[in-house]
Amino acid sequence: MQSGDLLKRREVDREASPTTPMGSEPDERGHFGPYGGSFVPETLVHALEELKTAYLRWRTDEEFVARMDDDLARFVGRPSPVYFARRLTEAAGGAKILLKREDLNHTGAHKINNTVGQGLLAHYMGKTRVIAETGAGQHGVATATVAARLNKKCVVYMGEVDIARQSINVFRMKLLGAEVRAVSSGSRTLKDALNEAMRDWVSNIDDTFYIIGTVAGPHPYPTMVRDFNAIVGREARRQTLEQFGALPDALVACVGGGSNAMGLFHPFIMDRGVRMIGVEAAGRGLASGQHAASLCAGRPGILHGCRTYLIDNDDGQIQHTHSVSAGLDYPGVGPEHAWLKDTGRAEYVAVTDAEALSAFHQLTRLEGILPALESSHAVAYGLKLAAGMRPDQHVLINLSGRGDKDVPTVAELENISL
Amino acid sequence: MSNRIDRCFRALKEQSRQALIPFITVGDPHPDWTAGIMHELVSAGANIVELGVPFSDPMADGPVIQEASERAIARGASLHRVLDTVREFRQRDADTPVVLMGYMNPLERYGHAAFARDAAEAGVDGVLLVDCPPEEMLELSPELQGKGIYPICLLAPTTTPQRMDIIARNAQGYLYYVSFKGITGASRLDQAGIAAPLEEIRKHSALPVAVGFGIKDAEAAAAVAKFADAVVIGSALVQALAASTSSTDAEQRARVFLAPVRKAMDNGRV
Repeated sequence: MQSGDLLKRREVDREASPTTPMGSEPDERGHFGPYGGSFVPETLVHALEELKTAYLRWRTDEEFVARMDDDLARFVGRPSPVYFARRLTEAAGGAKILLKREDLNHTGAHKINNTVGQGLLAHYMGKTRVIAETGAGQHGVATATVAARLNKKCVVYMGEVDIARQSINVFRMKLLGAEVRAVSSGSRTLKDALNEAMRDWVSNIDDTFYIIGTVAGPHPYPTMVRDFNAIVGREARRQTLEQFGALPDALVACVGGGSNAMGLFHPFIMDRGVRMIGVEAAGRGLASGQHAASLCAGRPGILHGCRTYLIDNDDGQIQHTHSVSAGLDYPGVGPEHAWLKDTGRAEYVAVTDAEALSAFHQLTRLEGILPALESSHAVAYGLKLAAGMRPDQHVLINLSGRGDKDVPTVAELENISL
Repeated sequence: MSNRIDRCFRALKEQSRQALIPFITVGDPHPDWTAGIMHELVSAGANIVELGVPFSDPMADGPVIQEASERAIARGASLHRVLDTVREFRQRDADTPVVLMGYMNPLERYGHAAFARDAAEAGVDGVLLVDCPPEEMLELSPELQGKGIYPICLLAPTTTPQRMDIIARNAQGYLYYVSFKGITGASRLDQAGIAAPLEEIRKHSALPVAVGFGIKDAEAAAAVAKFADAVVIGSALVQALAASTSSTDAEQRARVFLAPVRKAMDNGRV
């Protein structure tokens, strides 16, 4: 039932949903309502045009799509299962909790879905060098992985703070042959890594492909990264129908930039009965000001090439964020999420570091699954949500990544020396 | 109402001279010194002054301007403060054009209409938004133009001739040609390589063309002035000012830096 054309697949998703369209595609310049667009220096305008043209061309090319599908099946290990978490369900005492197991993918997270697609696109465009920004290191590892396989030079930008808290992933990238460049400007986290990657791209526009890891950035990245991750939602939709005879009542996914959430949500957008809930990082609490919840506590502005919700002060300076999870520690969010929030199609909530850590332990102990701290935010909210629902209902949580990389962080937080 | 930028280029053209446009980051090394530095730059031969509006995430800037922005923000610089600086400058200089250069978000927060009103009242003549190509300026341009403020637009080596037409239709005052594919302050200027693109740009627009990014000293400025109508010099000047110990020291450094550039540009003319 898979059509050899990414665009048609989206239409198939839509036809399968007996509801009215709500226009989740951006306009030609990448605007989702007032959000998105392409706020970039002039030097990048042409490169983005080129990328848009290449993407539109290759995403309908049978050979390209067949090669990507083959990579996703035999290199990444898709489809990832939908797993009924029986003990977690009992603990919550309400709706059945299902986990979409993106943690089982090669390299340990959903990020590989996107890098397989963009890596292949870079290859078809004849680019010899790929660059990426990374926070938790998962996107950096996923980029270094496809770069190794496609024989591309690879440079990954990573904030100094993140390098310190994600040392395992830093070493993994180096093992894969990537150069990891430490970023010491600004808050020395993901946002600054993104600035530095943009500067690299402006300076090396001819031979370099910038593999952005989330549904943010200038057009066409938010759409393209969503499309490459939408396999998560397409599979989940089919799997829940097959395994449980119904669509889930609610989808829950963590949101930093928002790529795993957007990938899960998108194929369900027309299924109006399915609630979609994005979970942001409340850090030490929204009231503390030390959080990374741009949709829950921010306001619209312009950052990293798009108009979206972000966290800034009254002078328009982007603020330092905080989350126990490096992958959510970002002051912006993908523009399509901003639009889904304003239109009310998706809801956004935030959970604290402490709640996420508690969910991390709960899932590990009850189900034998060690989740990434990012995904633990979704688990924490999923538990709360399920508790207030009926036992015949289903909550599907996107388990976007595995927690092996976070073991040292959790040990440190709990004063355990390894 | 004619804009100071037009008057400036008209006067220079009559003298067959090129405009010298220094760029400094407002608030660096100190917010109280910026207006004094501007006066000194004008007296050392600047025709237009470009003021960098500090932003936390300057993605088109190299380390020198990034660090200057960080220092300025730490010392309280903001878009409001930038306008205060222009007001202060205007008390003693009613003629030299002032162009603000920066990123969109501070302006979004200020509010487009409020910004256009306050900037015009303060005496700003042009605004260059690094991360806002003309396609995204549809809302902002009319606000600025309604108050007589010119949108200054960038052109890059990657800009296609078709886009040059789009940009030329939106731009006023002068066009700013980014001399190489890169960020501010990088040293990759190919002086001979700018002749052809400038010739192409002139087919699409009658506006004066300024060249910037990578012009570090008097020699480079004089070479570029042979082809361009204006020379922008930023990172090297910001670097020279960074270690200033007082307002007098900063003004002295500004003069020492800029006067030889002016001289070289004027001597270079045939």
